[in-house]
Parts: sequence; C-alpha cells; structure tokens
Amino acid sequence: MTTSRLVEAFARRHRYHPLEGLPWLAAIAAYFAFPSYLPLGAQVLATILFALSADLVLGYAGIVTLGQAAFFGAGAYTAGLLAAHGWGEPITGLLAGALVAALIGLLSGIVILRTTGLTLLMLTLVVASMLYEAVNKASWLTGGDDGLQGMEVWWIFGQFRFDLFGQTAYFYCLIVLFLCWLAVRRIVHSPFGRSLVGIRENVLRMHAIGAPVARRRLVVYTISAALAGMSGALIAQTTQFVALSFLGLDRSGTVLIMLIIGGVGRLYGAFIGVPLYMIAQDRFSTIDPVYWYFWIGLLMVLVVLFARGGVLGLFDRFRR
Amino acid sequence: MSTPALETRGLHKSFGALTVANAVEFRLEQGARHALIGPNGAGKTTFVNLVTGALRPSAGQIRLDGADITDLPQAARVKRGLVRTFQITALFRRLSVLENVTLAVCEREGLGGELLRPAGRHRAVIEEAFALLERFGLADEALRPVNTLAYGRQRLVEIAIALGLSPRVLLLDEPAAGVPSGESGLIIDVIENLPSDIALLIIEHDMDLVFRLAQRITVLVQGSVLVEGPPDAIAADTRVRQVYLGERMRA
Amino acid sequence: MGDILSAVGNIAFNGLAFAMVLYLISVGLSVTMGMMGFVNLAHGVFAMAGGYVVTSLMREQGVPFPLALLGAALTVAAASVPVERLLYRRFYGGDELDQVLLTIGLAFMSVAGATYIWGPLQQPLQPPPWLSGVADLGFRSFPAYRSFLILCGAALVTALWLSIERTRFGARVRAAVDNLRMAQSIGIDTSRLFMATFGLGSGLAGLGGALGADLLTVNPGYALQNLIYFLIVVAVGGLGSIRGPFFAALLIGVTDTASKYLVPEFGAFFIYVLTLAVLLWRPRGLFGRA
Repeated sequence: MTTSRLVEAFARRHRYHPLEGLPWLAAIAAYFAFPSYLPLGAQVLATILFALSADLVLGYAGIVTLGQAAFFGAGAYTAGLLAAHGWGEPITGLLAGALVAALIGLLSGIVILRTTGLTLLMLTLVVASMLYEAVNKASWLTGGDDGLQGMEVWWIFGQFRFDLFGQTAYFYCLIVLFLCWLAVRRIVHSPFGRSLVGIRENVLRMHAIGAPVARRRLVVYTISAALAGMSGALIAQTTQFVALSFLGLDRSGTVLIMLIIGGVGRLYGAFIGVPLYMIAQDRFSTIDPVYWYFWIGLLMVLVVLFARGGVLGLFDRFRR
Repeated sequence: MSTPALETRGLHKSFGALTVANAVEFRLEQGARHALIGPNGAGKTTFVNLVTGALRPSAGQIRLDGADITDLPQAARVKRGLVRTFQITALFRRLSVLENVTLAVCEREGLGGELLRPAGRHRAVIEEAFALLERFGLADEALRPVNTLAYGRQRLVEIAIALGLSPRVLLLDEPAAGVPSGESGLIIDVIENLPSDIALLIIEHDMDLVFRLAQRITVLVQGSVLVEGPPDAIAADTRVRQVYLGERMRA
Repeated sequence: MGDILSAVGNIAFNGLAFAMVLYLISVGLSVTMGMMGFVNLAHGVFAMAGGYVVTSLMREQGVPFPLALLGAALTVAAASVPVERLLYRRFYGGDELDQVLLTIGLAFMSVAGATYIWGPLQQPLQPPPWLSGVADLGFRSFPAYRSFLILCGAALVTALWLSIERTRFGARVRAAVDNLRMAQSIGIDTSRLFMATFGLGSGLAGLGGALGADLLTVNPGYALQNLIYFLIVVAVGGLGSIRGPFFAALLIGVTDTASKYLVPEFGAFFIYVLTLAVLLWRPRGLFGRA
C-alpha cells in the first residue's frame, strides 16, 4: 500500500492546489480595492511576468544572468517602434516583441551558452550592453537617451481603449500574465522542466544520463527571452513610452532582487517579490532615491545571509 | 572471437608533456566481469572519462559493439548503452531518490525534452524507477532528498541510475569507495547480481572485491597497460606485486 | 602620413595608460575568482574607494600625491580584510547565485554610501604640478600624468610578477590557484593566504582606481558602471591567471581607446564584439587553464 502511495504522491505533484488561485483573486480584488493605483498595478503585473522569465532561466535552469534586460528592452522597443510607426495593434505588437526577443535570445544563446560561471555572467552583461549601445547609436530611430516618443497604441480588439485610469491596461496585463503563467507552470512540471532542475543540481550527472544539456539550456533561454520580451512590450504599450534604461544593468539587477525577496526557483517567488518591491519603491524611493539603493542593497545582503529562500523560504521554515 | 562490447585501440591522451593515457589497447568482452586496477594516479578514471566522452583523446579509437564512437558526444554514447557511475557521488543533490532515477529512465525513453505534459503523467517511467529502488532496498526512502541519505546508500542510487539507463556496457568507478564496510555488502550483492548480458568494467582499489568479482583484470600504471589476464595470473605476476601490491606490503 | 602616425601614437600611448589602470584593478578580481572561487561583483568598489581616498586626501588634507596614493592603497587594503573575513569567506566555492546577489547588493550600497559621504558629483583628480602638463622628449611630447601612469604601472606590474615568481608568498598563491586541496594538504594555511591575497588584490585595485582617476572618473556609480570592463578583462585574460589579465587589459585598453578616438558614437560596442570573438575562440580566456 505504501509503495503505490509514494508513487501516487510523486506523480501528482503537478496537480493544482487551491492556494494557487490566491494571486489571481488578489489581483482581481486589488482592481476594486485600489482603483486609483491601476497604472502601478499594471506595471506590477507586467513585471511579474518579467520576473517569471528570469526565474525560469535562473531559478530552474541555474543559468545566472545579468542580461535579462536585453530581452525586456528588445520586446519593448519592438512593440514601441511598431506603435510609433503606424501599427499600434497591441496583440500583434506583443507577439512581435516576444518574437524579436526570442530571436535575440536564441542567437546570443547559441554563442554564449557554451561558457559557464563568471564568463557566462559577463557575456550576458555584454549582450545587453551591446544592445544598449546599438539602440543608443540608432537614436534617429529609437529616440536614444530621450526615449521613444510618439507611440500610439490602438484599442484592443477594437473594443477596449487604453484609458487614463489604467483599467484596460490592468486587465490586459492580468490576462497576458495569466496565460503566460499557465504556460510556465506547464513547462516547469514537464519532463523538460524537471530536466532543467537536473541540469541545475548536477550538470555532470545530466550529461552522464544522456541528456542533451546544451540544447535544453538553449531552449529555456529562448523561452525565457520570449517571456521577458512580452513583459517589455506590455510595459511599452501600457505606458506608451520606452526608455534606454529598459536595457540597463539596473533593470537586470532589480529583477534578481525581486526574485530573491520572493524566493528563487519556486514559481511563486515572482508573485510575492515583485509587488513587495514595487510597492515599496513607489512609496519610498521618491523620499530619497539615494537611500533607496542603500536599503535595497542592504536587504539583498541580509536576504542572502539569513533568508536565502526569500519569503517562500521563510514560510517553509515556519511550517516545520 | 566475438565483437568485444567495448574496445580501445591506441587510446592516447596527453596534456603537454604529461601523458595520462599511453596508447592503451583494451578489450571488454560481451557479458564480461572485468576489473581495472592500478595505483593512485594511474589514470583509471581518466580512462573512463576518455571512453565515455567526458574527455577528448589526443589519438586512438574507441569502439562500442564494433561501432566507432570516438567522435560521438557523451550523451550519444549513453544512448547507445555506454553508462558509467562516478567515483565521487554525482547525484541530483536536492532532488528525491525517486526523482534521481526517474530522470534517468525518462532520458532513456527520449521523453526528457517534452515541454507540455506533466512529468507525472508518465506512470510507466515512474513505476520502472520505483521498481529499481525496490530492488535495491531504497523504496522507503524514495521521496527523501538524496543528500540526506547515508553515503553507502547514495552509492546505491548511483548504480540504480546507471541501471535505469538500460546499459549494455557499465563502467563502475570505485563503487564501494568511501563506503563504511557495514554498508558495502549490499553494494557488492547488487554488483554480483547484475544481469549477465551487461558487460561490466569495475575500477576498484579493494582487492577482495576485485578478486571476488572479476574474471579478467587489467593493470594500469601511469597511463600504460602493464599486464592483463585472469585473476590468478595477475596475483602471481611479480611486476604487479612490485608496482601495486608491493606498495601495500611496504606501507 | 604624419597624421596617421600621430594618431597611432596617441592611441597606443593612451591605450597603454588605460591598460595599466585596468590591469591593476582587475588582477585582484582574477585571483579571487581563481583561488577562492568567488564572484566578486563589488570589486569595483575597492577601485572607487581608492579614487575617493586619494582625491580627498589631496584636496582636503593637502597630502602630497605620492603619499596620498600610498594612503589610498593601504586604506583600501586594510578595509577589505574585514569584508573578506566576515562576509565573503562563507561563500567560497559555494552557489554562484548567492555570490552574485551578495556582491551586487554591496555594490548598490556603495553607490548610496559614496553619495552620502562625498556627494553625487564626480571627483576630479588634480595631479601635482610636477606631473601636470607635458613632458617634452624632443621628438614628441607626452602628457606628463599619463606618462607617469604608464611608468608607475609598469613598475608595479614588474614588482607584482617578480614577487609572484620569486617569493614564498607568490609560490603559495600559485599553488593555491592551481589546486587548492593539494595546497592545503601540503600545509599551506589557505585561510591566511586568502586574507593576504584578497588584501593585496584590493589594495592594488585601490591604487589602480586612484592612479586612474582621470581615466575612470570617480563618482558614486563607479562600481556598477565599470563592472563590465573588469569582468571582461578577467574573463578574456583567463580566470585565476595573473599574467593573462595584463594582455587582456592591453587588448581592451588599446581597442577601447582606438574606438573612442575613431568611432566614438559606437561607444564600447567594439569592445563587446572583441570580447565575444576572443571567448568564442578560447572559452577559457587567453591564458585560462583547460
């Protein structure tokens, strides 16, 4: 009896748990509870998608990257450029952003994923920096330092206008996030997703069981890039603005911070860390932007030292 | 003579002036019980690394069941049935025992790249992995993280993973290394009861184990094959005594 | 023709000066990475601190330049030791992500800390009168400070390489970088070695930051702005190598100077292309171990 129970438990890990509905209920509740904060809310939702993309590649596959912003920015500029040059249809803009970002992820991944460790980390930073320089150089097209102006995003399905209160933006981001989350959740529980964890836990062993490690890493890197590109496109479309900073080290670094606050490699770390960070930032960083960096830096150090599993890790500890 | 399960011809590897494998000629027969011994630093693990593809040779050929695999990547060799275990346990540390073996079986079945169906749906894979655990007496610990197991039992998981890959040729790199003598009995049992159609090469320092299990022994010294033959011949060979067994007598 | 020669000369000269600064700062990072297996993304903070200390000492205390340089190097070296002992040590050979997050956090804190202490503006370096202006050698005149930088850098590099090759300390460093377990088993006190090496590397970084204050401007964002340069020099040179980063620094320094001179609108783009090319050819860096 015990044996089949063990196998059952193991085979059922992917089943939906009631608690998993919580983030979505909270998101819908927030819509009604904080009607004046919907623009911020939309940004939070889009950033959660960004953090999810980072968690996939970092938390699950163990690829440490400081260059996720490259894909985020690529998606943002793609959607932005389309909207600024006559094609403001949001859904196709979103998909175009994802596609361009995925392409950059694929091409750069083929080149840089043969390296590991510090070299790989540095190369992710190099790719993002190259993109930054290229976008800056092409300022006649991208607006350079001033940012991309003149975006005109059309109504979704011809029905829903992006209103000033952010209502449409909020639901747009929520639905995109939901669909992407469904996909990510599937991937994470699939044999592919489990093999990523294997690659993270012991890559030597993974080679020795005949897994095509390089190919798996490339695939997850590309998927992650596509999702990051989508989140960049969402931000571009809902704020109707794209800045050079979308491609910067700052953006790559802060998504890592948000993830570790929530908990890395846990799928839901993004849902906890991103709102916490962004709401706190909204409140405190205007008081003194310099101090904000100090406290965030200190928080990171303390989290790494004492609460490495983030908020989710603390929950685990309290449960035992 | 039938095709050897595994064969190396002139297998050579050097790092600059240092030669770690010196034109090694080696044959592993079908269904063999073969041991590779030699003093520390003789190049035994290097040999395994070369044969499995973890290390590129400077020269020479490797043949699996007669087919040339010298240029095949590691993963491809595993797919053809060339499987190894590691001298220092290499497991998926934080994953459960069951998952460790399931990952291997899943890869063998070519399912590892599947993106959209949950892993839990592949019941046959999970049940096969679990059956292996039962055979090795690991069933009760199936869901525990593998790094919480006693070292001897971790070594068993290594072998379970290897068997989950349906090997034709199995290279065991010091399977009992670091295992307290109370726990090594189970490992020896498992090795003795391996299917006879698997060609087995064991690297070992434990001479009792070697003489108990092996039908043929190859002695490797500083990357070169010193001598090869049945256990009695090896035990009686004075060169072997000098180089290897002799060291123990001096120590 | 004369113009081209002059341009080449300028690029070579300034590139060499930049290379010296990059090397002095980055060599410590290479060794830390190679010996302790620690990814220190906050390494630039030591260089920044060196720049701040030397400019503060000179401007506020009126300390003469050579003493200020020494002061910068020693202060940074001394301050780095507790960081190593109390904080970094726990993460040696550990999870790379932990190290990245920890040191990025420290780098963020350094931005705020520097702004708080010295304000948001950059600190220009005022070289002493005997190093200002140009040194006229007859066939050419060279900017005095940059010449000093090159000579000083060359002297330091020579001293470093000699001590690594000839002293017992150097031998221990080489042994530990090569094979840590083996070094421990032959009785090298790796704990003290880490501390000393880290202090030396940080002190050199501080010195590099101080000397190079006019090439890499001293401002609160220094550590993050220049991080990519230091990482490139180390990775292209070969992690753990002591000579490797020097040649990498030469390559990067000259290429960067050339591209800033010839195609400034492209920024650091060509450096990045060069880095990718070198690492594609040799993934372990020019002098990296196989």
